[in-house]
Amino acid sequence: MNSASSSAAFVLLLRRDLILAFRRRSEMLNPLLFFVLVTALFPLGIGANPVLLKAIAQGVIWVAALLASLLSLDAVFRSDFDDGSLEQYLLSSHPVSVLVLAKVLAHWLITGLPLLIIAPLLGVLLDLPWDSIKILMLTLALGTPVLSLIGSIGVALTVGLRRGGMILSLLVLPLYIPVLIFAANAVETAAAGLPITAHLSMLVGLLVLALSLSPLATAAALRVSLS
Amino acid sequence: MISRFFHQLGSPRYFYRFSGSLLPWLAVPCAVLMLAGLYQGLVVAPTDYQQGDSYRIIYIHVPSAWMSLFIYMVMAGAGAIALIWHMKLAEVIAISSAHIGASFTFLALITGSIWGKPMWGTWWVWDARLTSELILLFLYLGVIALYNAIDDKRTAARATAILSIVGVVNIPIIHYSVEWWNTLHQGPTVTKFDAPSIDMSMLIPLLLMAAAFKLYYVVVVLMRARCELLERERNTQWVNELAASK
Amino acid sequence: MNEFFHMGGYAFYVWTSYAIALVVLVLNVLVPLRNRRRLLATIARRARRARRT
Repeated sequence: MNSASSSAAFVLLLRRDLILAFRRRSEMLNPLLFFVLVTALFPLGIGANPVLLKAIAQGVIWVAALLASLLSLDAVFRSDFDDGSLEQYLLSSHPVSVLVLAKVLAHWLITGLPLLIIAPLLGVLLDLPWDSIKILMLTLALGTPVLSLIGSIGVALTVGLRRGGMILSLLVLPLYIPVLIFAANAVETAAAGLPITAHLSMLVGLLVLALSLSPLATAAALRVSLS
Repeated sequence: MISRFFHQLGSPRYFYRFSGSLLPWLAVPCAVLMLAGLYQGLVVAPTDYQQGDSYRIIYIHVPSAWMSLFIYMVMAGAGAIALIWHMKLAEVIAISSAHIGASFTFLALITGSIWGKPMWGTWWVWDARLTSELILLFLYLGVIALYNAIDDKRTAARATAILSIVGVVNIPIIHYSVEWWNTLHQGPTVTKFDAPSIDMSMLIPLLLMAAAFKLYYVVVVLMRARCELLERERNTQWVNELAASK
Repeated sequence: MNEFFHMGGYAFYVWTSYAIALVVLVLNVLVPLRNRRRLLATIARRARRARRT
């Protein structure tokens, strides 16, 4: 098939997923609420000492983002698996990685982007200064797509399993760790007034790597799961 | 002739017989090397000036850590072979390696922790190497968990093959990021896991134990693989004949 | 000899480590051995039962 029709398929799939998601707008809120709730748990657990909260804010928000991303991942392939569309994607003449990319982009737009938008609120809750919040949002913008991309591999591996959600975390969280390290530390380093080009380069590098390799792995995993 | 050998090796029945006859030839040198390494490490090697005799734990800790990484590579490699050539033997070697690799990772972590107590006063430090080993343990446990969750063993093997390949790509990234993370909050204490230069009398037991562990891995992976193979092939004639003859 | 066991005061740490290592290594050998024996016995039993029917 020529690439023109594959890009048409990409756009079609992306639009379809976005439309379907918007029809159930309230469900889009759930990962967001989880994100805010988890972040709010930390002051409740550690005490409302503003100095302490400010010191751990970027780590807490990023861990909450990881967990919220994890929770929402199941939706990437679940409904398509249940109604048989997933098999159709595999049978179609389009490269599966292109279709996967469309689904992952939809997932990020539905769950990752809202996290990014609501992050300033969480920064305020944890007494993060505005300059740090800007850096935090930059790292989230670079990092959350990576979370969606890597997470999709895990979902593809576990989509056929009965209690796949439990295993998904075990599979995916170790792979999330580099993103967490560079992103959270970028905020901290920037707050100390030091340059963060190294951190940002690593995040961009991870994003590029994830963009190029993970759709292939996800496609292979889908084939295995549906065999 | 070599390609014919590998072709034959792909047959479970041939592999079972071949590995069975190979095992004693591997087990004996393994035991010899292990005893030699232990003797050299515990008796012959001199006491360290800084760490006293507690440093002798490295003769378990370091080879275990090396094996934990090495075995993951083998597991991913076997997984790749299984995916590309659909070789049953590769599938079986891959999953057998996962359990053994996890054991070595666990051993590296525990001995690292025990060594840390007299050195730093705490049972755990977020040292770069130990943290990387911990993450590696989770990677192994993920492979094992995924394999156990899928009913059809061939599908399970292919899924875990993909997972281990993804893992192997990530291991250098994780290792680098953890090391970098560790240097950020590093206090004045230099990590004692990094000996600046190691004396030959202390190095020899390390190399002996490393070699012993490698052979040990081959022995144990073959033993596990044979079991896994029997399980998978339990409906074939050769397995039934074998069972009847016992 | 006592010196050897004493390990310069670090006896607990050194010997615990080596003991755990011994347990791990021995278990990894015994488990496949036991499994193989059990597996072959189960297969033989099933075959005998199948032949009887």
